[in-house]
Amino acid sequence: MILEAEHISKRYAEKQVLQDITVRLEQGELVCLLGMSGVGKTTLFNVLSGLTRPDSGTVRLKGEEITGTTGHLSYMLQKDMLLPHKTVLDNVALPLLLNGTKKKAAREQAAGYFSQFGLEGTQTKYPAQLSGGMRQRAALLRTYLCGDEVALLDEPFSALDALTRADVQEWYLHVMETIRLSTLFITHDIDEAILLSDRIYIMSGSPAVIAAEITIDEAKPRGNDFMLSDAFVRYKRRIKELLL
Amino acid sequence: MKKQQNIIHNMIPVFVILAVLLIWELISVTGLVPKYMLPTPLQVGKAFVTDFPLLMSHAKVTLTETVIGLMSGIVLGFVAAALMDAFVPVRKGLYPLLVISQTVPTVAIAPLLILWFSYGMAPKIVLVILASFFPIAVGLLDGFQSVDEDMIRLMRAMKANRWQIFWHVKFPYALGEFFSGLKIAVSYSVVGAVVSEWLGGFYGLGVYMTRVKKSYDYDKMFAVIFLVSAISLLMILTVKIIQYQSMPWQHCKDEIQIERKRG
Repeated sequence: MILEAEHISKRYAEKQVLQDITVRLEQGELVCLLGMSGVGKTTLFNVLSGLTRPDSGTVRLKGEEITGTTGHLSYMLQKDMLLPHKTVLDNVALPLLLNGTKKKAAREQAAGYFSQFGLEGTQTKYPAQLSGGMRQRAALLRTYLCGDEVALLDEPFSALDALTRADVQEWYLHVMETIRLSTLFITHDIDEAILLSDRIYIMSGSPAVIAAEITIDEAKPRGNDFMLSDAFVRYKRRIKELLL
Repeated sequence: MKKQQNIIHNMIPVFVILAVLLIWELISVTGLVPKYMLPTPLQVGKAFVTDFPLLMSHAKVTLTETVIGLMSGIVLGFVAAALMDAFVPVRKGLYPLLVISQTVPTVAIAPLLILWFSYGMAPKIVLVILASFFPIAVGLLDGFQSVDEDMIRLMRAMKANRWQIFWHVKFPYALGEFFSGLKIAVSYSVVGAVVSEWLGGFYGLGVYMTRVKKSYDYDKMFAVIFLVSAISLLMILTVKIIQYQSMPWQHCKDEIQIERKRG
């Protein structure tokens, strides 16, 4: 068990947002937190990353308590958050630079991942010169280079148009095959959750609770065939029933 | 086709300026306004040429005051903005003071500065600092504060310290605002230096202006007015060039927009 969040509760003023939420993440696993917009996914995300302190409950990374402290998990948001004034290479190398790596070494190390992440030829470009999909790729590489053992991804692809999103999801599955980053992935997109995850936690209600946990038993990488299969539809039907 | 149109568009201001000069020349030549009161553009040009060495020696002094004052204003404005950004109490205390200080016209404090710092360059430099400090400090502060809160959070999550956040995020984000402030500061500075020279001193374009005024040399008056505005323009142009050079990501964006429009 690499990340454990147990019995997390959080209330803002009069509103109880999270109620006794427990989620766990195994080494190398990709787990989705699936819920409607506004259910409290991002609040949970903030608790896990340490930006918000929960009213009760603990967050543990490899057994060590990290509740309410930042800097242990890498994260990535819907907005790519690339710095407009840095080239793609310098953006991606930033976490290495911040850790005290020398500029040249940081650049070299980061450049080594460009082809694996499908970012060839973008090194000297500025983020504004890239498409939305490419920017999210660069943001994911930067997240990866933060070097933390767990990555939190908060709806990273939801700002992309449908075709680009499908493309980026396929790319993401492919990259994950090689880097095996333990990832907690927040989404409101049922298809995305089924396609990408090993396990899905379904968050629903107000205050939000974990309504169900579903394991997706399907070999990776998954492609179009899986998305059109009966198994996929069965998962989807079950999740829809649980969400509503 | 489009290129031709662009050239024509760029030529419009040139034509307008030429037309204004022509009308001016006609007004003087026809005697509508007596020549001794309104010299013709040609006379002004002649005055400029004959007085050129003298004008340049005075311009050197004014320019020195402006540049030293402006540089000091930039440094002070930068320090003030960084402190106001980093410490909320400093911002709460200093900001209103800065705004109020702007209601005091520079012309009004120039005589006081001369009393305090005598007739040399010092009072002029202090006035330029006072004039340039505000737009730079406020521009930079606005820039520092405009950074997306999520960006700062992400930087913290990447274990960046305060200095790193400042250097990698806040400072570059503020560059655009800084240069806008600097352009305003440049024009204030030149005017500030000249005005404070009017009120006392031995060298500088302002001093020269008061001298030619006293001898009713209208043509020389015009020549020096044009020189002052040319100096302002050149300095603003320099700022624009530095801005272009130091913010390459800005025009790469423009190029994409142009490409997209074409596409």
